[in-house]
Amino acid sequence: MNRRLFLQRNAAVLKTPTAAAATPTAATAAQDPPEKVSRYANKVLPTGLSRATSTLVPYAGPWGYEQAAHLLRRTLFGPTRPEIQAAAASSLSAVLNGLLTAPAAPAPPVNVSTTDTSVPIGQTWTAEVFDQNFEGVRRASLRDWWLGQLLGQGASLAEKMTLFWHNHFVVELGDINDARMGYEYCRLLRQHALGNVKQLAKDVTVTPAMLRYLNGNQSTAGAPNENYGRELLELFTVGKGPLIAPGNYTNYTEADVQAAAKVLTGWRDQAAPVGSYFTASRHDGTTKVFSSCFGNARIAPNGASEYLDLVNLIFQQAETARFLVRKLYRWFVYYVIDAQVETDIIQPLATLLIQNNYEVAPVLRALLSSEHFFDVLNMGCLIKSPLDFTVGLCRQMQIAFPAASAGVVAQYGMWNYLNGVVALQQQTLGDPPNVAGWAAYYQTPQFHELWINAVTLPRRNQITDLLIGNGYTRNGVKIVIDPLALTLAMPAATASDCNLLIAEFVRLMVPIPLTANQLTFLKNALLPGLPDFEWTVEWQQYLAAPTNTAKKAAVTTKLQAMLRALMGLAEYHLS
Amino acid sequence: MKRRDFLQTTAAAAAGTALLSGMPIGAYGYSPQLAALTNATTQSDKVLVIIQLQGGNDGLNMIIPLDQYPALMAARGNIALPQTSVLPLTTATGIHPAMAALHNLYQNGQVGVVQSVGYPNPNFSHFRATDIWTSGSDSNVTLTTGWAGRYLDGEYPGFPTGFPNAQNPDPLAISIGSVVSNCVQGPSVNMGMAIASTTSFLQLLSGGVDAAPNTPAGHELMFIRQVVSQTQVYTSAIQAAAARAQTLSPLYPAAGQNSLADQLKIVAQLVSGGLQTRIYVCTLGGFDTHTLQVPATGSTTTGTHATLLGKIAEAVNAFQDDLRRHSVQDRVVGLTFSEFGRRIKSNSGNGTDHGSAAPLLVFGTKVNPMVHGPNPTLPANAGVNDNVAMQFDFRSIYTSILQDWFQVTPATLTQLFGRSFPYVPVLRPGALLATAGPAEVADFTVYPNPAPRDGRTTVAYDSAGGHVQVVLLDTLGREVRRAVDRELPRGAQQLPLDLSGLAAGAYYCQVREARRTGSRIVVVE
Repeated sequence: MNRRLFLQRNAAVLKTPTAAAATPTAATAAQDPPEKVSRYANKVLPTGLSRATSTLVPYAGPWGYEQAAHLLRRTLFGPTRPEIQAAAASSLSAVLNGLLTAPAAPAPPVNVSTTDTSVPIGQTWTAEVFDQNFEGVRRASLRDWWLGQLLGQGASLAEKMTLFWHNHFVVELGDINDARMGYEYCRLLRQHALGNVKQLAKDVTVTPAMLRYLNGNQSTAGAPNENYGRELLELFTVGKGPLIAPGNYTNYTEADVQAAAKVLTGWRDQAAPVGSYFTASRHDGTTKVFSSCFGNARIAPNGASEYLDLVNLIFQQAETARFLVRKLYRWFVYYVIDAQVETDIIQPLATLLIQNNYEVAPVLRALLSSEHFFDVLNMGCLIKSPLDFTVGLCRQMQIAFPAASAGVVAQYGMWNYLNGVVALQQQTLGDPPNVAGWAAYYQTPQFHELWINAVTLPRRNQITDLLIGNGYTRNGVKIVIDPLALTLAMPAATASDCNLLIAEFVRLMVPIPLTANQLTFLKNALLPGLPDFEWTVEWQQYLAAPTNTAKKAAVTTKLQAMLRALMGLAEYHLS
Repeated sequence: MKRRDFLQTTAAAAAGTALLSGMPIGAYGYSPQLAALTNATTQSDKVLVIIQLQGGNDGLNMIIPLDQYPALMAARGNIALPQTSVLPLTTATGIHPAMAALHNLYQNGQVGVVQSVGYPNPNFSHFRATDIWTSGSDSNVTLTTGWAGRYLDGEYPGFPTGFPNAQNPDPLAISIGSVVSNCVQGPSVNMGMAIASTTSFLQLLSGGVDAAPNTPAGHELMFIRQVVSQTQVYTSAIQAAAARAQTLSPLYPAAGQNSLADQLKIVAQLVSGGLQTRIYVCTLGGFDTHTLQVPATGSTTTGTHATLLGKIAEAVNAFQDDLRRHSVQDRVVGLTFSEFGRRIKSNSGNGTDHGSAAPLLVFGTKVNPMVHGPNPTLPANAGVNDNVAMQFDFRSIYTSILQDWFQVTPATLTQLFGRSFPYVPVLRPGALLATAGPAEVADFTVYPNPAPRDGRTTVAYDSAGGHVQVVLLDTLGREVRRAVDRELPRGAQQLPLDLSGLAAGAYYCQVREARRTGSRIVVVE
């Protein structure tokens, strides 16, 4: 499609909803909940856009701030200016080495509530016995701890990949109703975040949280429960292809679901200690026969190890690798997978994944160091998830959070607040909406656009406004953006020049260049109606008397106004 | 989420939600529990337009002390106007010739001048001085709220929760510009809505946005911008108001020539279109004239500052004409302010440096069309540190306008500004009475009428008792005589009215009581 056609088509799309703008709000007035899908979102995949035609050839172009920022935006939550600068001063391969290095396992979540009397505040509850009375506060503790891991991430891909696997091998903490099992699940995801996906698939199959979530614990020889077997095939591994015959989804059939369910019979979750166990008497002892999709493979009775045979069989299917790689592509690059991407990116990466026996790190390295990844057409096109937006905001603006020394109650309290903020934006850590994960990663054709609607967008603006303004206080601790500190950290020549200052914030905070009009607009927020040199004058006056309240307030309010305007741009939602 | 929650959410939040040319049109803070100053909502159809002259306007080159020309020339001979070019407002005070249109409005009773407005201990920082003027604080006090924002917060407790609603469907305040004004910053949220720019505003009205690049990022950008426009709860109200009114005045310059005129054109359109917004803030930048405020060679009546003053005059003149054509002129008053004036003494670069007090203009059919206060007194040989001394505290102007225009009680004013400030009659006496409609004073006669020149006449009426004013106004509403301003007993009154020194012509004799007022035409022969 040529440029003119594109513009015409978009003009038509834009006009239609405007004409109807007054009515839908009234028409949906009585509905509850409100629209989840914006009427402006894709009706079809935007395949007519200019798209990168680059391949997996290793990127050999310039390596600087722009490239480093792109890489870190996609792999971290809100890279900070120092992180981007450090990466830019390093090399792509060195940065990737760091990103792909798994950090040490974090200490488990601790009790922060007087409700949970099993352990004192500050000690972990994860090894205590289950008590329904404590479940609520433990689940909150787990969720908040998890958010704390995102906030405290180093320059490692581990947290973004942990979240990826959470969205892939979904459980809902609310469903499993045992935070200790939830923690074990989190631990497992984090352990394999940058590791072997086949091993993760094996372990997650019998982790107690999953046994509960997809009813594996209720599956017996006499009454196999197909839930896990079905999702394993449909969502976790080979994926569902087109329906080509009754009960045949190209990559697997209904008979395969039944066979897989039989393989998985006999497993149950165990509450104390948290774990799972196999009961031979509940297990289907027959030989399981799979369809031609699996080469008519047979799995012989193998007791407690039989599920391993099943996972091995599934991972022999090349489609499993392609399915996983497509999901990674949508997570890290963009949601449109056209024929060129399928051929030049997905297929080679799938081959690489198989060649590496499903170790994910080599695939990530190939993708994240490719010409395709650094193609300018692939920059700035991801819409931030609520977690990316909110955690990214806090990290990028280097907001100081209560340290452990302030006490775990204050620390978890603030993480809890952020979880609430993120949940209002329609993403709840530990509780994706269903077994398929967040719709933004699979629901065609809208995909990431699903994050943005008339409800969630103002929520995003609320949190940026709050944090650039008065901040949020809980337990006597306040989180707030300190624009003065951010500016003071810049080179003196940058901080004292309004154009350089704005440019520095812009390249930190938005992933695509702003127009001259937009830069003027930002300058007008910083320096309303004044010539450029007046910023220098005011800034120098502040520097000359840094403890003078009035001088400090003078530059602070202007920086706040400029950053508020910058965070109000549509571009700020892009990554 | 219920529909109501949704509306509250979006009203609360649109902060900087980007739209038009990728620029924000909404800017509200997050939804707070407001510590609202309790105050009953007052019914009002009055509109206040605040024009912020950014950069520090050189007041001495706008309102000129004709009685001190030697001192003026000694201090700023390189930039001062030729005395003959100054347009006289009174015998002692004149206005820059670039403001001929305002001079004309003054003569038609639609412009007032307040001399030497400032505050004690002036600050010479743009940022700080602007904060002081927009917050209404003392020089050494930092307030995080705006003066008009505190007023609106008292009027609309709880904003933005529950807004817009049936009673208040429209923005409480609108800034024409890309950012909301600090003048309307409330205790926790800004009470105003910013309309990005004049061109963006027009885009808002037509529902369009700038093109984004034909890339994946551009595609997502366009999508987000559309959702932004959808979430702006006041968009349809603004569009509807704008659709109801045309620009009627031919006096506006072509769009893009005079940004203040472009802004005021939008204000006129929205006011006449029935938007219930009470406060509009417009801005004109460029007043930071450190160098070349007049050309290095050529007439001092031209140059940067003259051009800026000309823009103000042209814009306000067209605005008043537009309002008149829409018959809403009596509902709107405006004032200008700048963070400071400039130094008495010019610098060698044909410019002026940061100063302190400066004149302020008020405009509208309801303003008191006079020069308030005497000219500033200039030293015979001003040095670089000499500044115009303050005569009126800027908060006197704010509080007087709030009191006369929005009926804010003195007690509330004290609450809003921390203490009371002397009243300045910048609005015409009884400006509000035309619509407030207090009872007429019955059986009120003036005899003889017509009355002889330099003679006297008698006002006869039945007093209700209490404080009474009997004043004589000229046809422009200027008070020319005050016969009575005191407590009178209840009952029949015969009050002498001295006419000495008054030119022949028609005058209005007004009797004002606490709850009644009356007016008669008196002709002096």
